[in-house]
Amino acid sequence: MLKFIDTVGEAVAGIKDGSTVMIGGFGNAGQPFELIDALMDCGAKDLTVVNNNAGQGDQGLALLIKEGRVRKMICSFPRQSDSWHFDAKYHAGEIELELVPQGNLAERIRAAGAGIGGFFTPTGYGTTLAEGKESRFLDGKWQVFETPIHADVALIKALKADGKGNLVYRKTARNFGPIMAAAAKHTIVQVSEIVPTGSLDPENVVTPGIYVNSVVRVGSAGGGVGTSTEKVA
Amino acid sequence: MSTQTSIQTSEKPLGRDELAQLVARDIAPGSFVNLGIGQPTLVSNYLTEEQNITLHTENGMLGMGPAAEGDDIDGDLINAGKIPVTELPGASYFHHADSFAIMRGGHLDICVLGAFQVSATGDLANWHTGAPDAIPAVGGAMDLATGAKDVFVMMTLLTREGVSKLVEQCTYPLTGVGCVTRVYTDKAVFLTGPHGVTVRETFGCTFEEIQELVPLPLKKAE
Repeated sequence: MLKFIDTVGEAVAGIKDGSTVMIGGFGNAGQPFELIDALMDCGAKDLTVVNNNAGQGDQGLALLIKEGRVRKMICSFPRQSDSWHFDAKYHAGEIELELVPQGNLAERIRAAGAGIGGFFTPTGYGTTLAEGKESRFLDGKWQVFETPIHADVALIKALKADGKGNLVYRKTARNFGPIMAAAAKHTIVQVSEIVPTGSLDPENVVTPGIYVNSVVRVGSAGGGVGTSTEKVA
Repeated sequence: MSTQTSIQTSEKPLGRDELAQLVARDIAPGSFVNLGIGQPTLVSNYLTEEQNITLHTENGMLGMGPAAEGDDIDGDLINAGKIPVTELPGASYFHHADSFAIMRGGHLDICVLGAFQVSATGDLANWHTGAPDAIPAVGGAMDLATGAKDVFVMMTLLTREGVSKLVEQCTYPLTGVGCVTRVYTDKAVFLTGPHGVTVRETFGCTFEEIQELVPLPLKKAE
């Protein structure tokens, strides 16, 4: 049942220790900073986090990792010039890493939402990231078996939600949002604007409300450039 | 026979920008192209309007424009290197699974990537040095290497130590098997594939000098 929630704190209050949490965003674009900060404040620990990266600088996911709340990262690109908190935990042996090629990460998330039990993909064949996985020669090429990634919770960011929870995104901030919304048991969305039902063109809805459980408005209602603009500096 | 014909097309080795210009010139009009992070990004500076090239960025966009500056910088509009970019008329946005379906599904004509090593049969190593203390990070490299119809590599032919990066077999961890079709270097352009390596042209040296640098049998383009 869809709920509109007043604060990010209430939105994440149900997240339990040991949960698998998908977090949208590619770099800072589409990263739901306010929901991540609320997850930090709510105290949930021993988390498995699914995100493309492993936190940047001293904000968002990076802080969650710094505070030792993340047991395992599933991501494609943990090493960046400013991923010092992940780097430190990794070298100290205090965080587990499952490294997944970015397209396999996306497709494994998509598969979970689509009820697919696994799939064969050519990406990664013959590399160390395919070691221990079944390979078959299919459709003219070698392909590797990959399994879906499910989650208890997804935290994502969209531009607007209507009263049915239908979502539209903004530019490349869309990235993992739609597939994570479908893959998680409980999807929490932060939006810049909540608009009346009927005001989004049904032809342009990107994520249908059936995938959305909780919506919380963050920042100014103006929408426009979106809150991530200031975070990029 | 063909040994009488020189395939040297420049008196000096090519600089990074000259190489980017050459790659840009070789991209067929109307192509859909993904330019990897780093040196390949320079190629976009030399694509002409007449070529009508559509650039793809794996974080969910076709029709990417040049890097954004000043007031055009928008945190919601970035490329795969997380650099603010612009959108061109006719651009489209899509989610990550669709974006990688575009790659994996063979819809991109050309992908241009950097490399640590390329093998005689077009194996690519460009994601990990294999050093025990290095944190592995792959991003979209394996997907790009696997999906595009043509994979062009841009790199210097030699390492800082003077060792050829075009090798019989890669010693660095692989990104993809048999995927590279062309290698653009400062000293020569190589065509790779199941039938061996052909030198298309050389810069600042002769075919014979290239053969001395590269530890595998090379053919000269006719």
